[in-house]
Amino acid sequence: MRFLDEYRERGAVEQMSHAIRKITTRPWTLMEVCGGQTYTIVKTGLQALLPEEITLIHGPGCPVCVTPLAMVDRAIATSLLPKVILCSFGDMLRVPGSTQSLLEAKASGADVRIVYSPLDALQLARTNPDREIVFFAVGFETTAPANAMAVWEAERRKLPNFSMLVSHVLVPPAMEAILSSPDCRVQAFLAAGHVCMVMGFEEYVPISEKYRVPIVVTGFEPLDLLEGVLMAVAQLESGRAEVENPYGRAVRRPGNLVAQQRVDEVFEVTRRTWRGIGEIPASGLRLREAYRRFDAETRFTVRFDQVEESSECIAGLVLQGLRKPFECTAFGRSCTPDTPLGAPMVSSEGACAAYFHFGRREEDVISSMSTATACD
Amino acid sequence: MAVYLSGRLSWPDNLSSEVAHMCLAVPGKIATISIDPFLGLRRGKVDFGGIRKEVSLDYTPDAQVGDYVLVHVGFALTVIDELEALRVFEALRELDQLEELKEVTL
Repeated sequence: MRFLDEYRERGAVEQMSHAIRKITTRPWTLMEVCGGQTYTIVKTGLQALLPEEITLIHGPGCPVCVTPLAMVDRAIATSLLPKVILCSFGDMLRVPGSTQSLLEAKASGADVRIVYSPLDALQLARTNPDREIVFFAVGFETTAPANAMAVWEAERRKLPNFSMLVSHVLVPPAMEAILSSPDCRVQAFLAAGHVCMVMGFEEYVPISEKYRVPIVVTGFEPLDLLEGVLMAVAQLESGRAEVENPYGRAVRRPGNLVAQQRVDEVFEVTRRTWRGIGEIPASGLRLREAYRRFDAETRFTVRFDQVEESSECIAGLVLQGLRKPFECTAFGRSCTPDTPLGAPMVSSEGACAAYFHFGRREEDVISSMSTATACD
Repeated sequence: MAVYLSGRLSWPDNLSSEVAHMCLAVPGKIATISIDPFLGLRRGKVDFGGIRKEVSLDYTPDAQVGDYVLVHVGFALTVIDELEALRVFEALRELDQLEELKEVTL
């Protein structure tokens, strides 16, 4: 397909890899923010095309992974209410709650459905007037415009049976949380290209200046990712710390202003708890007062017990780039995509699932560790 | 590719992980544009390598038939800048020429 295939072409990718090798003189640690980028890196084995001095660590940009356990439990409890149809994107269904997942709730009789777009949930509300349609809205800035439009349209169409369980999070506050941690090893960021497609990249300038860290707006194809690495390393090698945008085919400096306006009309910034990381101030979105009647949290009263996370799972450390998935004792043993202990083993954007599916397991890594710098 | 574009309301569970890359945005070409008479919403049929799907064009008000857009969960979020799309290949060609020059001067 046009605008995909050419960015996967072997010759161009190898040429870019060669360019990176030529400018790299010292060890550098880069973090790709978005789980979609992690997926491409692990699936295509991009790390092997980088010089041994460069370590990529995987960031928190997996919306399903950072949705708090209590929110998953709330979604499950809501799905078990009479008349409710609970819809969400596919990955969310298999994320373990404290006693079961949405998929297990579905097996025990709850009406849980996978949708491709929040507009599909709106359509369900129109065609099922006697049911309550609850859309479990998880995601980063990329998904917020779609969810904002669904609420806006529900309001205009006076749909009384549509509501949203909102667990939206924002990327820049999470990057700041990582940078201000005493354990931080990140020296440059590959920023999430599609978050920037919506939000632009102005808001990264103060972060780059404050923490003296290069931030490069990066796409999702192998060539995009290597170009992001090249520009980040070029900055690090020359002592610069700036925001750069090589993903110009999709991202303009101010972002998509029409989309931002609709998001701002429907949602407001709030604090959010990130699963595995903790509460981060001003790091999420909730419905504004004018749209609060579409909030499933206020519409439905549900009871569920607060339960602690599995003590064996190190998802929080993986999400902050402090550990690689194979450094977890449960990885590939008690925790697999069929029996996940934590969300990163479920989501296609989760680092643990990517490592599991594409063979980056302990035994492979030992051999590559002997040639590459250690992962921490 | 067809897996995440066919637009059915439910998916076989073994395919669901293909659907839900939350930041995945797929490039497609706008085939037709229509305006919903009730709310004035802008919808288009977008062609993804032969598969057509209805997409909201509300966030790309300037997009025209024939433009390529990046689509995320049913919404076009940007019109692909075709000149910018070529830039990386031009940069690679320049790198190539530099290498050749060096080889010649050596």
